[in-house]
Amino acid sequence: MIEARLLTKVFRDKRKGEIRGSDAVSFRVEPGSIYGLLGANGAGKTTTLRLLATLLTPTGGTASVAGHDITAEPDKVRANVGFLATSTALYARLTAREMIAYFGRLNGLGEADLRARIRSLADELDMHDFLDRRCDKLSTGMKQRTSIARMLVHDPQVMIFDEPTLGLDVIASRAIVQFVRQCRERGKTVLYSTHVMSEAEKLCDVIGIIHGGRLRAEGTLAAILERTGETDLEEAFVRIVSEEGRS
Amino acid sequence: MSGRTIGTIYAKELRDSLRDRRTLISTFLMPALLMPVLILGVGTLASRVVNRARQEVPRVMVVGGADSPGIRADLEKSGRFRVEAASAGWRGLIADRKVRAAVEIPAGFEKALESGSAPAVTIYGFGGELNSGMAMGQLRIFFTGLRERTTTRLLAARGIPASVARPFEVKEANVAPPAKTGGNLVGGFLAYIIITFGVIGAMYPAMDLAAGEKERGTMETLLCSPASRTDIVLGKFLMVLTGSLAAVACSLVSLAATLAFVGSALSAGPAGGGGGIALAIDPLGLLGVLAMVLPVSVLFSAVLFTTSLFARSYKEAQTYAQPVVFLAIIPVGIGTVPGIDLSLRLALVPVLNISLVCKEMLSGVWHWGYIAAIFGTTTLYAACALALAVRMFRSESFVFRS
Repeated sequence: MIEARLLTKVFRDKRKGEIRGSDAVSFRVEPGSIYGLLGANGAGKTTTLRLLATLLTPTGGTASVAGHDITAEPDKVRANVGFLATSTALYARLTAREMIAYFGRLNGLGEADLRARIRSLADELDMHDFLDRRCDKLSTGMKQRTSIARMLVHDPQVMIFDEPTLGLDVIASRAIVQFVRQCRERGKTVLYSTHVMSEAEKLCDVIGIIHGGRLRAEGTLAAILERTGETDLEEAFVRIVSEEGRS
Repeated sequence: MSGRTIGTIYAKELRDSLRDRRTLISTFLMPALLMPVLILGVGTLASRVVNRARQEVPRVMVVGGADSPGIRADLEKSGRFRVEAASAGWRGLIADRKVRAAVEIPAGFEKALESGSAPAVTIYGFGGELNSGMAMGQLRIFFTGLRERTTTRLLAARGIPASVARPFEVKEANVAPPAKTGGNLVGGFLAYIIITFGVIGAMYPAMDLAAGEKERGTMETLLCSPASRTDIVLGKFLMVLTGSLAAVACSLVSLAATLAFVGSALSAGPAGGGGGIALAIDPLGLLGVLAMVLPVSVLFSAVLFTTSLFARSYKEAQTYAQPVVFLAIIPVGIGTVPGIDLSLRLALVPVLNISLVCKEMLSGVWHWGYIAAIFGTTTLYAACALALAVRMFRSESFVFRS
């Protein structure tokens, strides 16, 4: 489970002054569900997700991820989280197998368990053909599957996706969306950030709309549409964001 | 801090670096090839140029001296010069390297020799030019010989023994054992190699493992793992240190092999024995120098890794690495200047202290107090740089600097 409580991150910039990347963000994601964090570029999605993955330290508030506090037990949080973003790249000079094994070892897996886990992931993600090929020689789809295997190697309870389909073609994007659904089916706690409305509509059980670092609205797709009186998420999103901008 | 995690990160970085062409070139290939290229390539070329200059019979002009035909005849008879009477513009001919040197013989020189009051002979040449310098040297030898023969003849004519003009001889002897002499000669050079390759070997892994990873996006992937920031820094730092030590080791092995090859080639040469160039080095001094490699490599690895962490990209890291390389090489250059000796104050100056102590140890001089101070301060500087790297790596503003 993920529970963010007034999670705040303030960046200090010499020219721009104080920037609130995340501003008192609170939400809860239950196991076996997908929470979609919907926002435009620069809305605060990545900052919020990085705070939850303990890549950044909050300046206010806190969060509990898989039962561990992000400030008190960051190592334990990371051991229970799988994080996938367009910015989490693969080591070009390692093979797909070496890449997965490296992160398995960093997560404390023993060699025998690791071998079995890689075999099982390769079966599941159909990776056998390219498992021993260097990552810089892989196609975009193969790279995505390797990244997913890297994310899954330690079988985390919580999965965080930061715009995972950004820059991918339709086929690769569909594979990711399919994989995220499978995570829900396996009872994982899934937090999914996107600015693509159709993805959020198709995938998410609960949607949180973030703008200017603040969570502006939250609820099921039906609840958000009802609140705004709109018929599709894009219109609802624009209305919420512009209403907040006026207030 | 987890030894297992540090080991996992180090093993991955080692595997990754061994597949990186730039790291392989800077860590293994360049240190291994530079010594043979420098010593055999440049050395052979320089030796050929000098030999050709030595074999040349230089064209020399005689200015004046019309009333001293004997001197000119002796110059021609010596076979060491192609003697010509000076033509107009002889100075220009020397400057244009068409004539190697000229000698001005004053009027009435031969007559004046008999009375023992001859005026000065002036030798002209192209300062700094090899062939001209050699011709001037030959002229100097010729006229010095003439002066000595004249002195002996004049003294003999007056019934005075020649020893009056040379009442005693001055001799010099080297009392230092060959190992110490050799150490003194190569001490500065060896320190130069250790420090230069210590920096070069650490440079590319440091840039690749910090700035390179940030740029490629793999740093964020790594930060998602449960490995602590300290473990990540230490694992990566160990790889940078490996690069530095490997480059030093390669350069030293290559230097030893090249010198051994040169030594055997010279002793097998037609002259037989090769003029005794064989360079003996005190093995104890060499061990002392090798012991100094570790703290100096730790220092460079930590400094380069820290600067690379600060950089946003590989290119920016290259810009920061250049001053570090200069800051390392300049003190070594100062250390090779004759007359600069190790003192307590200099023992605290990083890099320069290593250069000076290497020279001393190879010359058989062991100032244990200074050695301890240098080892201690270099280790302290290295620890400070490493602590700074850990601190920077924990700081979001450096890790996510874009």
